[in-house]
Amino acid sequence: MGQADSTSATCNTDDRRNLAWFIDKAVQVLVFIAGISAIVFIIGIFVFITKEGVGFILKSNYALSESVFNLLEDQKMPEDQLDAITVLEGKKFSTAEDLLKAVEGIIGVEAAGPYKEVLIEKSHDQPFHVKSFFTSPKWAPTSEIKPVYGTLALMVGTASVTGLAMLIAIPFSLGAAIYIGEFATGRKREFLKILVELLAAIPSVVWGFVGLSMLNPLIIKLFNVPIGLNVLNAGVILGLMAAPIMTTIAEDALKAVPDRYREAAEAMGATRWQIIFKVVVPAARHGLVAAVLLGVGRGFGETMAVLMATGHSINLPTSIFDSVRAMTATIAAELGEAAVGSDHYRALFTLGILLFLITFMINLSADLILRGVRKE
Amino acid sequence: MRKYAVILWAAGFLGLSSTAGFAAGTVIENKGSDTLVNVAQSWAEAYQKVAPHVSVAVSGGGSGTGFAALINGTADIANASRKIKRIEKNQANANGHEPVEFIVGYDALAVYVHKQNPLKAISLEKLAAIYGEGGKIGRWDQLGVNVPGCSGQEIIRVSRQNNSGTYAYFREAVMDKMDYKSGSMDMHGSKDVTDLVEKTPCSIGYSGLAYATDHVKMLCIAEKEGGSCVTPSETTAADKTYPIARPLFMYTKGVPTGEVKKYLDWILSDEGQCIIKKKGYAPVRPVTCE
Repeated sequence: MGQADSTSATCNTDDRRNLAWFIDKAVQVLVFIAGISAIVFIIGIFVFITKEGVGFILKSNYALSESVFNLLEDQKMPEDQLDAITVLEGKKFSTAEDLLKAVEGIIGVEAAGPYKEVLIEKSHDQPFHVKSFFTSPKWAPTSEIKPVYGTLALMVGTASVTGLAMLIAIPFSLGAAIYIGEFATGRKREFLKILVELLAAIPSVVWGFVGLSMLNPLIIKLFNVPIGLNVLNAGVILGLMAAPIMTTIAEDALKAVPDRYREAAEAMGATRWQIIFKVVVPAARHGLVAAVLLGVGRGFGETMAVLMATGHSINLPTSIFDSVRAMTATIAAELGEAAVGSDHYRALFTLGILLFLITFMINLSADLILRGVRKE
Repeated sequence: MRKYAVILWAAGFLGLSSTAGFAAGTVIENKGSDTLVNVAQSWAEAYQKVAPHVSVAVSGGGSGTGFAALINGTADIANASRKIKRIEKNQANANGHEPVEFIVGYDALAVYVHKQNPLKAISLEKLAAIYGEGGKIGRWDQLGVNVPGCSGQEIIRVSRQNNSGTYAYFREAVMDKMDYKSGSMDMHGSKDVTDLVEKTPCSIGYSGLAYATDHVKMLCIAEKEGGSCVTPSETTAADKTYPIARPLFMYTKGVPTGEVKKYLDWILSDEGQCIIKKKGYAPVRPVTCE
């Protein structure tokens, strides 16, 4: 590249296509690619998740699954017939009659007669039901009896942990932001800022470990409850994790308030306390709301720490001492061992779509609110 | 400086791959169950010393993955913690392979409680009532014990994530394939189960015998309520008196010959069986190891 540039530069000394021109063009292209790639990746990820998940939502057909084979075996279908119809394993039929005809075509109408009921009633394969997906608290994708894909408990679990985390993080981070932005000065302020950013750099698995091995016994002893892996544990951990990022953004929002506001208030005889709560905070409210919403987004998306600290237990919590399970943690724990292309695998992608939509909405509203700041 | 580092690194990499290429006279592809993958790796390493001209390539991915590789012929030996399914067998036959089964050891699931829990034995029936959907036992006093340090005497069930082999085997052996009750702590690894039980007085959990520590208590398991109970151990797993022990399998493409046969014979020899014992599983027959 460098060589080509220099030769062309010597050939056309009188026009502007010298080395600097090429570097300029190259940088432009690079920046454009980098800029566009983020969008391309997001679209790509969305298409990939949707492609894998939609198959689960739309699936409705008739097939000889393993459970049907087990039932046929229970009903004493002879071995040679069972072996013969294994060729139909995995084939999909749009109606039960088509499936029955295919079986009859292999082992004969008479031989298939006694198993008609099983073949028609048990071969329907439609794992996704809109109502139970959103309202059933039972998530049992590997059940031997009947797989159930209900996400209610998972959504409530994620929401309860995030909610508690925000209750803890909001006062702490807004307080810290006000102190750093309005009161601290000079080296103290720089030191605090660095410290807060350092806190944000602690890996989530370390937080999870703290929850699992330190907070768990502590909560059992302090509150005299049977288990310390619960909403409280995960909420505290997640609150501590979300606080630094919220502090940083909130502090930026406070700093964006022009100094003339403060000076004007001071000239009117307001105390520092009054300046902050009557003037600065209201002026920065959009930025502060955006900070909180980004913290919420962080809470919804956090995986490793909640996997370790919640107890990973499917439950509709009635108090903060109940164990719960988060949507992200479910995906993380189960995707690795789910057979690629199976209903379970696709159901996890559907869960991913749901999660994606929720965090997308949160981030979008944070963004719109931030945008509102700039327009004013 | 960096340039030299890259060259060194590349040279090292080439050297490594070429030595691997020369050393491998015969390669045995061994794939399958994650339960067995650690043992299989130890076997492969130890076998290097026994037969340096044979190298065994081990990979995990689950029993199903192992069978899939056996069916399409890319694996010589499939590791499995379950028997081969009818469909898998037919597919293998269609490809001209006749899978042969070997039991290489046993995995005994122990039921763990907190050290201070006074309970000594439990029946499969009671376990099913604790873990199974619709089961009536939810408190320790229903089992006639009072666990110190356990608030409300509530039983905290520690389980595994729903696609682990251990989860499926416990369901099959204890609950007759019934579903689990919702609300158990679904841990992501065998060791996590004993770790949590150790720290939680109210808890009960199941995990491999290999994961027993001094800080948790193993329960004696009775097959029937009121019957005599059996303590999990390598001996009781191998002689099949312990009710929740499962065989661990290796499947070959056909009747094994040559190096594959030698490898399997060595695995079943005292030396090979001592390795599986050291990893915490039960050997196929009692062996004495140093």
